[in-house]
Amino acid sequence: MAQVATATQTKWWSGGKSPFNLEYGKVMMWYFLMSDAFTFGAFLISYGTIRFSTNFWPDPNVVFNAFPGMGHANLPLAFVSVMTFILILSSVTMVLAVHAGHHNDKKGVIKWLFWTIIGGIAFLACQAWEWTHMIMGDLPVLVDGQIEKWGQTTAHNPWGPPVVGMMHEGVQVTTPGPVAFGGFFYGITGFHGFHVFSGVIINIIILIMTQKGVFERRGHYLMIEKAGLYWHFVDLVWVFVFLCFYLI
Amino acid sequence: MEQSSEYQEITYHPEHGSTDDFKKKVKRTTIILSVITLIELGLGLTIYAMNLSHSHFVVLLIKGIIVILTLAKAFYIVAVFMHLGDEIRNMIMTIVVPLMLFIWFIAAFLWDGSSWKNYRNTFDPSFKERTTVQPVTSDTTTIIKPTTRD
Repeated sequence: MAQVATATQTKWWSGGKSPFNLEYGKVMMWYFLMSDAFTFGAFLISYGTIRFSTNFWPDPNVVFNAFPGMGHANLPLAFVSVMTFILILSSVTMVLAVHAGHHNDKKGVIKWLFWTIIGGIAFLACQAWEWTHMIMGDLPVLVDGQIEKWGQTTAHNPWGPPVVGMMHEGVQVTTPGPVAFGGFFYGITGFHGFHVFSGVIINIIILIMTQKGVFERRGHYLMIEKAGLYWHFVDLVWVFVFLCFYLI
Repeated sequence: MEQSSEYQEITYHPEHGSTDDFKKKVKRTTIILSVITLIELGLGLTIYAMNLSHSHFVVLLIKGIIVILTLAKAFYIVAVFMHLGDEIRNMIMTIVVPLMLFIWFIAAFLWDGSSWKNYRNTFDPSFKERTTVQPVTSDTTTIIKPTTRD
């Protein structure tokens, strides 16, 4: 209750204090993340526009049905759920690292930051596997009356409308799908993956600085909070990428 | 909690009571996020398993529910994990109000894409022919033209 009173009675704009009750670095991190949200939003909306302008779009349940080590088993959305949970859990460990930072608990920060980094690397490894699997795929596609083996690239999409009743080595033959699918998929998940990658690098730097006692000497762990905001944002973006590419 | 900050401009710290309270809150949010994700997956698989692709309305309804659940997830991540819910109101508004542009953004662009599709279907019959699923028997496959880039 005391805090509520402070919040309502303080003259925030009278000078000498932050009108948003946040330090400069954190305010600027928020505004950077907001602009980054617009960048991702623009990408996802352009994807949506193209998707709405076509009569046919590949069904994500058919496209994303592979799982490492399971051969050709049909497991729609299984692998991407694993990736989603990895990212959610690494977000949770980041919250705990930030919390440890509030209490100037160096050991706690190191421990939870370490697990966050492991989560980030695991996510990137999953994405690398998924991309490899899709690019190296060999699906039968009917092109000019000939069967060609296609993987999903930015130039070819093997998940077009199926040729009813036509099988090739036990696999349904399709016609070429909308080419834009590959560009949007690799572009947007790649841009997100690059964010995860830079987040992992930032977390590693922060971990080394923590270990060297930089923040201990500084007396506060605000850097962890800023890195934490970035990391949660990466998780937030994945929630929307997951929605747009895998669920709907 | 102690005023450890050297930052004079910070008037008060909205920080979370005890560690136990905080851990409980994080645990609860984690469970909420996981459960919502599982429900979303279940709904996504329902579209697939029940082969509802012919029933346009039901598919649209399920997808609408998934979108709303995703927005709920986004709210929990931003409000709890990123602590935006603990900041003062003016700060929250400077982040949330600009994002309102997305409402117009999404509506306008999806509308535009859909209108482009309708025009092409109306005025370019070959476009419709090339891009819709048609029952084709194997002896007619030789006359299928490949989908061009659209």
